[in-house]
Amino acid sequence: MSILVDKHTRVIVQGITGREGAFHARQCRDYGTQIVGGVTPGKGGTLHEGLPVFNLVSQARQATGANASLIFVPPPFAADAIEEAADAGIELIVCITEGIPALDMARAWERVRRTSSRLIGPNCPGIITPGQAKLGIMPASIHRPGSIGIVSRSGTLTYEAVHQLTLLGLGQSTAIGIGGDPIIGTTHRDAIRMFHEDAQTEAIVMIGEIGGSGEEEAAAFIAQQVKKPVVGFIAGQTAPPGRRMGHAGAIISGGQGTAAAKMEAMQKAGIHVCQSPADIGATVARVLGRA
Amino acid sequence: MKIHEFQGKSLLAGYGVAVPRGEVATTAEQAAGIARKLGGKVVVKAQIHAGGRGQGGGVKLAENAEEARAVAARILGMTLVTKQTGPQGQRVRSVLVEETLPIARELYLGIAVDRAAAQPVLMASAAGGMEIEEVAARDPHAILRQAFDPDRGLPAYAARRLAFALDIPVPALGKAVAIMQALARAFSGLDASLAEINPLVLTTDDRLVALDAKLNLDDNALYRHPELKALRDENEESPLEVEASRFNLNYIKLEGNVACMVNGAGLAMATMDIIQYAGGRPANFLDVGGGASREQVKQAFQILLKDPSVRAILINIFGGILRCDTLATGVVEAAREVQLKLPLVIRMEGTNVEQGRQILEQSGLAITVAQGMRDAAEKVVAAAGK
Repeated sequence: MSILVDKHTRVIVQGITGREGAFHARQCRDYGTQIVGGVTPGKGGTLHEGLPVFNLVSQARQATGANASLIFVPPPFAADAIEEAADAGIELIVCITEGIPALDMARAWERVRRTSSRLIGPNCPGIITPGQAKLGIMPASIHRPGSIGIVSRSGTLTYEAVHQLTLLGLGQSTAIGIGGDPIIGTTHRDAIRMFHEDAQTEAIVMIGEIGGSGEEEAAAFIAQQVKKPVVGFIAGQTAPPGRRMGHAGAIISGGQGTAAAKMEAMQKAGIHVCQSPADIGATVARVLGRA
Repeated sequence: MKIHEFQGKSLLAGYGVAVPRGEVATTAEQAAGIARKLGGKVVVKAQIHAGGRGQGGGVKLAENAEEARAVAARILGMTLVTKQTGPQGQRVRSVLVEETLPIARELYLGIAVDRAAAQPVLMASAAGGMEIEEVAARDPHAILRQAFDPDRGLPAYAARRLAFALDIPVPALGKAVAIMQALARAFSGLDASLAEINPLVLTTDDRLVALDAKLNLDDNALYRHPELKALRDENEESPLEVEASRFNLNYIKLEGNVACMVNGAGLAMATMDIIQYAGGRPANFLDVGGGASREQVKQAFQILLKDPSVRAILINIFGGILRCDTLATGVVEAAREVQLKLPLVIRMEGTNVEQGRQILEQSGLAITVAQGMRDAAEKVVAAAGK
């Protein structure tokens, strides 16, 4: 098992004929993901690298039986693309796009949250179940199938954690990047609840960063419900307050969202918090008794 | 994007928020002229982006035009140090000269997008004039909150509820509702990330006026507001940060002496953290992005080298979209061009890492290749300490 995606997931790519969309659709397909088609308004009826292209998500879903969509639409149009996918009844929507205006996302999420669709992102690397399916932009080669679940707000820092695990012989059940924006679909808490319920996942790595309170909310859930070991890291211990550190959501404002407060909440919840990002893999090995 | 108080007030006035009469001056002479027009007694306010200007001596009263001239002469050109500017301070290039008002009470209004509600939220407090963070820390219940739909705006009944809770006198009630609704419209209309009126003053004759205003705009939405882009004042930003933004690089200058170049914001923060963990201090945050080109890597490298406090450089790249050979080529070219004298430690992992390492090794440059983040941090901190 795994969470959210596996070899049966049928994926369409919104923005498949764009540079990023085309490149990553190919990469995901090469990994073995069932990419069944794409959507580019105005290019419906054509073929893209052998895949059918549709004008509308609803048409794509009907024709291909897709249950997931991977979005590479440029920022001005991405929130609309998310809504379109939800409106068409796509179960899992993964939005990679970075730079969506906050109010666009507020409007879209207000509607998407009322549907049964699950959104991952935006501004995220996507999701991968190693050996089965990759819906995202992460380098596939560093992953191994296994039993560690990973959830993170970051892209490359997730790769770093995965790489450390793989080098120690610890494979991953599923790795999810939930994204660096202030308004996101799937939260740390959501992902951890799914890993908690997934029989294959033995231990969970949660990687957070400054800003917001998603890590604290996840920690409260872990304290109450989760028996599996959880290893955590918070990026931005040295970040100055009031400055946005790359990600739109990574900002300490009014003394809220500091790394110290998050690390304290996580420690209180029984999470094994690493001070150094180099210790994530080794800490997982230690708590699982495989060091 | 941050803008000046006078720009924010002018934008808010366009949405129907009452602001004091006043104008901007860049010379003492102009300030005196504006004071004369306003009837003599004025307040002269330094226009810099950072807050806390009053405590730093950047806001002064003047009884008449002559005093306004003298006060403006002192403030213009001064380097104002507030708790938001950092110890280096910020040079004042213009002042806002405004009428004074008969103040009965000072209130607070502010709007930001709330992460949990995923909607804009209007915050209101009777404790105006103080920083809202301080109010929140002292008594969170002193802040009233009302989420609203960005398209529908703030319903009148919701604004009324807040106005009653703030004890606004009945003659000013309609004005309070109108100003809250206007602020909500401005927030959505301008794609703001923060719209704050602090203090909102209730005058002794029951008017409500925005005595101070702060507007931050959502950078991601500026593409649809070309008129707002022109409000950017690069004088208020660090020169290196301005230069980095021209090349789509995300750079923030910090106080340490170990420079770092990383791809991805999370890994960049984690790299700063591990430099500190190894006993050093990061000189900057620099995210070259997921798909940086050779040219961007070169530019990034040159920006790092322009910070005179830098003693050593760490490059930490987890190659996904950005391939290690691309990175290595960019670094080697840049290092040759600038005749690099500082120690350089590189840690690379991911796509085409072997080719990348080969390029570095064959370059003949004194580059230390590290294995893993800890090794890299320890090596660069040791190098910076020599």
